[in-house]
Amino acid sequence: MIDTIQKRLLEEVADLHEVPEGAYNIRANGEMAARNTTANIDIVSKEDASGIDIQIKAGTKNESVHIPVVLSKSGIKEIVYNDFYIGEDADVTIVAGCGIDNCGVQDSEHDGIHRFYLGKNSKVKYVEKHYGSGDGKGKRILNPGTEVYLEDGSLMEMEMVQIKGVDSTVRNTVAELGEGARLIVRERLMTHGDQEAVSSYEVKLNGEGASADVVSRSVARDNSYQKFDSRITGNVPCSGHTECDAIIMDSARVLAIPQLEANNVDAALIHEAAIGKIAGEQIIKLMTLGLTEAEAEERIINGFLK
Amino acid sequence: MLELKNISYEVSAEDLQAGSKEIVRDVSLIVEDHKFVVITGPNGSGKSTLAKLIVGIEKPTSGKIYLDGVDITEKNVTERANMGIGFAFQQPVRFKGIEVIDLLRIASGKHLSVSSACEYLSEVGLCARDYINREVNASLSGGELKRIEIATLLARGSKLSVFDEPEAGIDLWSFQNLIKVFERLQKKTTDGSILIISHQERILNIADEIVVVSEGKIANKGSRDEILPGLLGTPSAANACTYLDR
Repeated sequence: MIDTIQKRLLEEVADLHEVPEGAYNIRANGEMAARNTTANIDIVSKEDASGIDIQIKAGTKNESVHIPVVLSKSGIKEIVYNDFYIGEDADVTIVAGCGIDNCGVQDSEHDGIHRFYLGKNSKVKYVEKHYGSGDGKGKRILNPGTEVYLEDGSLMEMEMVQIKGVDSTVRNTVAELGEGARLIVRERLMTHGDQEAVSSYEVKLNGEGASADVVSRSVARDNSYQKFDSRITGNVPCSGHTECDAIIMDSARVLAIPQLEANNVDAALIHEAAIGKIAGEQIIKLMTLGLTEAEAEERIINGFLK
Repeated sequence: MLELKNISYEVSAEDLQAGSKEIVRDVSLIVEDHKFVVITGPNGSGKSTLAKLIVGIEKPTSGKIYLDGVDITEKNVTERANMGIGFAFQQPVRFKGIEVIDLLRIASGKHLSVSSACEYLSEVGLCARDYINREVNASLSGGELKRIEIATLLARGSKLSVFDEPEAGIDLWSFQNLIKVFERLQKKTTDGSILIISHQERILNIADEIVVVSEGKIANKGSRDEILPGLLGTPSAANACTYLDR
């Protein structure tokens, strides 16, 4: 059964106001709470570990899979393995995400390991949102691991969002791309209080014509700490771009380490990184349009993380 | 009506040396309603500081500022904006992630419809469809930013709109278009008064009144017909070709 706290968490991480259409698997406090499969999308619990296998048939078009996780009990720690097998030419949207509400004193932790196997010419839009709430002393910890294997001509678009309430995150993402495959990553992150967030990407462009675009925009407030570590390796003629753009505020700290490795003369790789505070003139400009200083700051941050 | 009464602004010797700030000395000035007033004068004469003092970005060392008879000397930028003072920056500010429509909506203070937003953009000579969802970031040219800046002022509909050197940092082609925008604005001063900091002859040419500032003081003021002939050929009334040489 889904209770009201869990419902609120589901709204935050998966924009779900009711039971979603299509395939879904909702996990609440370490157990399956609801599941639905369709003619093209099958979800099966793993027998040897905690987690599920999601099989998407070749040619499946315009279908979606929701696999949100919510934790509302203090002190739960879990590692979950979810494997996605996407058939050739399929075109699907996958919405994952984890919401933790911790009002207790014990830490709550969810480590979701997601592996994606994209068949030839398949397309996946993947959205992952993290959210924490609750005023207990127990920490809210999320350590997602993502592995993406893209066969020839496939496309993976990943949108990773963590805006509020998660005390500690270590996110590791690795991807290997075949011929003509494309990976697009848009990460948005905001940390506050004493939070720490580490995000690392290791992308290998192994097939000719493969391309990757990994972009992170983040805001670090209060005493929080962020580390963005992105490495793109080009082993063939290919193109790669990685960018980290951070707004730093208060006593926060940000470390950006974009890395490129070219093992082929036709690997075109670019990195960009910028860290800076909100420019005073940006705030003044919005104040001349009638906003207060605090409202101006909020607008600038919201726009930046949009 | 805006009134400056004995406004002075002192700067440290250090700032003065670095040229980052200008002095204003005992300036008294009235900008009547529905007037198009241009403040001109050589570089470093205190024109931009005067604009910042009016908008509230800088606070005067002494003197008083009144808007419609209300003392606004101690009011901050937000308060003055909400009382009806608008400001177009000499160097328009860029924002990552904020779109042109967002900026126009903030400026108008309401949920402006897309068609009304488009009207403001068309008025400054931008093809609205191409710009409405563009981010106000580094992808826009100086000329485009300037026009968007002016469009936000139109959307704001201020009682008094202050423009700090609208011609700065744009190419000649954009400049010609900008002049047309101001010519149209001049005809519409029934909506509110306009104060422009500029030393461009073509902008002075459409002024109702001209104020000449020199070394932080008002050296001369009066109607265009009285003042402009004496300025022609000086840096206070540069023509477009001089502009190109700069």
